[in-house]
Amino acid sequence: MPDLLDKRLVFVTGKGGVGKSTVAISLGLAAATRGKRTIVCEVSSQEHASHTFKRAEVGFHEVELDDNLWAISIDPDESMREYVLIQLKVRAMRDMLFRSRIFTYLAAATPGLKELVTIGKIWELAQLDRKVKTGRKYDLVVVDAPATGHGIGFLQTPRTFAGIARVGPIHSQAQALDRFITDHDSTGVAIVCLPEEMPVNESAKLEQELREEIGVAVDRVYMNALYPERFSNEEAERFETALERSDGGTRAALRAALSEHRRARAQRAQLARLRRRTAAPVKTLPFIFEPELGPEDARNLARRLG
Amino acid sequence: MPTASEILEGKGVCICAGSGGVGKTTTSAAIAAGMAARGLRTCVLTIDPAKRLADSLGLQELGNEASQVDSALFEAQGVEMRGELWAMMLDAKATFDELVRRHAPDEETRDRVLENRIYQQISSALAGSQEYMAMEKLFELHSEGRYDLLVLDTPPTRNALDFLDAPRRLTQFIEGRSLRMFMRPTGLAAKVAGRGASVMFSILRRILGFDLLADLSEFFSAFSGMVEGFQERAKRVNALLADPETCFVVVCGPQGEPIDEAVYFHRKLVEAKLPVGGVIVNKVHYRTNHARGDGEDLRAALTGELGDEGLAERVAANFADYEALAERDAANIDRLAAELRTKSVIRIPYLDEDVHDLAGLAQINRYLFATGEERVEIAAGP
Repeated sequence: MPDLLDKRLVFVTGKGGVGKSTVAISLGLAAATRGKRTIVCEVSSQEHASHTFKRAEVGFHEVELDDNLWAISIDPDESMREYVLIQLKVRAMRDMLFRSRIFTYLAAATPGLKELVTIGKIWELAQLDRKVKTGRKYDLVVVDAPATGHGIGFLQTPRTFAGIARVGPIHSQAQALDRFITDHDSTGVAIVCLPEEMPVNESAKLEQELREEIGVAVDRVYMNALYPERFSNEEAERFETALERSDGGTRAALRAALSEHRRARAQRAQLARLRRRTAAPVKTLPFIFEPELGPEDARNLARRLG
Repeated sequence: MPTASEILEGKGVCICAGSGGVGKTTTSAAIAAGMAARGLRTCVLTIDPAKRLADSLGLQELGNEASQVDSALFEAQGVEMRGELWAMMLDAKATFDELVRRHAPDEETRDRVLENRIYQQISSALAGSQEYMAMEKLFELHSEGRYDLLVLDTPPTRNALDFLDAPRRLTQFIEGRSLRMFMRPTGLAAKVAGRGASVMFSILRRILGFDLLADLSEFFSAFSGMVEGFQERAKRVNALLADPETCFVVVCGPQGEPIDEAVYFHRKLVEAKLPVGGVIVNKVHYRTNHARGDGEDLRAALTGELGDEGLAERVAANFADYEALAERDAANIDRLAAELRTKSVIRIPYLDEDVHDLAGLAQINRYLFATGEERVEIAAGP
């Protein structure tokens, strides 16, 4: 099986607030630095890439962020429109569809259709022979996937749809998508986790479900925002002793040092739990003691991701 | 800074809202536990609690039924429980099924709905149904009137707004007004739509590859007898949300992005004329009160106390990092308070250990229910 960045499509997933977007952008940068033409896709219009690179909103366009690095924000309605344009060659039919309130209603109401066309667009970006004729060819597509609040739903959509639609273009499309996603040579998944109880439980569960129920390759789990081990146990004991005598200015500094030590230690325990409970290799990313992340931080992370 | 009990004075319902990963579940449990300790009978309604938190609350066997958390568990943590704490884990699918059973005019209709493929997708998978069912369960418990205070931990939607929008979207779907108009075989709509509609459907069938319409029309015809019941119910749920005895609490983290989301969410709540009680910011790096000398002085003093220059250097560097985060948090929270034009912001400090048991909840409670001065004292340490 090829290395994560040598695949064509990588989904970065995990629960909300764990730093998925940062990891997705950094992975994109890491690949771009190695000379791969890479595009980072966001699917829920959060626009993290444009924030990090201090750019105006990306939107449903392929926008260049850096050398070899592009970004797109995938809007399901736009994807649906694009899909219909590719499927229906007859202009009159399209116009009728787009003008129709029923179409708008059904497209919004059909369970899972938005997710399906979103994955369809991601797949389209990952093809060397693109359906969008004006589109660039990419070596790698990195997806900042939606939060896993509702389990593995997103990546399962193609298979569910292939089952519902028994024949026709959506059926074959959905099947092709499912084949691509579950092909370990083409598609990989990176799970992002935080060194805390609940994220570790959820990541372990997510990894198992992705492997066993969908059959995708989980290449890597990133334990994000890990505190450095700045002080040894013996040093921490010295802080506690010193704290008893200390008052004034040093007190707060000693307490901060003790807190850092305790958090770092608790986090190592969570890291060990994660390693015991997942089959994929676990890589760690450092906590960044910077008020807001900028391009330099993304570059630093990118160096540690490969 | 108000205490949580001031915010919740006279309230019967507290809805904790915010984006994922900000500690909503823990906060909800801590609020319910704290108010129970003060003599109320409270119930926390949660979606997906951390396993150990659930275990410590005795939640492991629970489906859709509330069970009482043993007061002795809290007393072991030094919290005197004068009231009762109950907890419930929501099962969205089961709640939806219950609702169908309640509104179905007869058994045949009930079974037709429960077995319909579209219904099965909606009740278990469709984004929004969890949110809708959380509201529904909240309403049901409130109507029963068994609790003084209900605390709802809202589902982990990526966008906190989905939660407000979902019930409306779902009811609209069930009503299916625009679609039913076209499906009616006769009448004005058929004349207006005429042949156009049937061509439309054949295009749709061609694109979708399955007869969505057949499944949908089966769904709508089975549901038709129940639409009114659902609409009536949704109206009453909305009335409960806007009731002055209901209180929304926005939960967020101190980083820039969660603060932006909290500001946005707060504005939407106000626009929707929903009662907002306050904001709780979790994992805040507290600023210390100590007079800050320059780094040189601190290093010298630390060297004196620790007797090790190198170690003192590292402690000072660590402290500088911590202070930078504390400054960032303070600036973000100031911005939040200014945007919201409120002083009702409760800051929970970033504790040394992750909160997932009763000891942690008890610790969080001390901040939630402490006055401003007490909080600064607690944060400064023993």
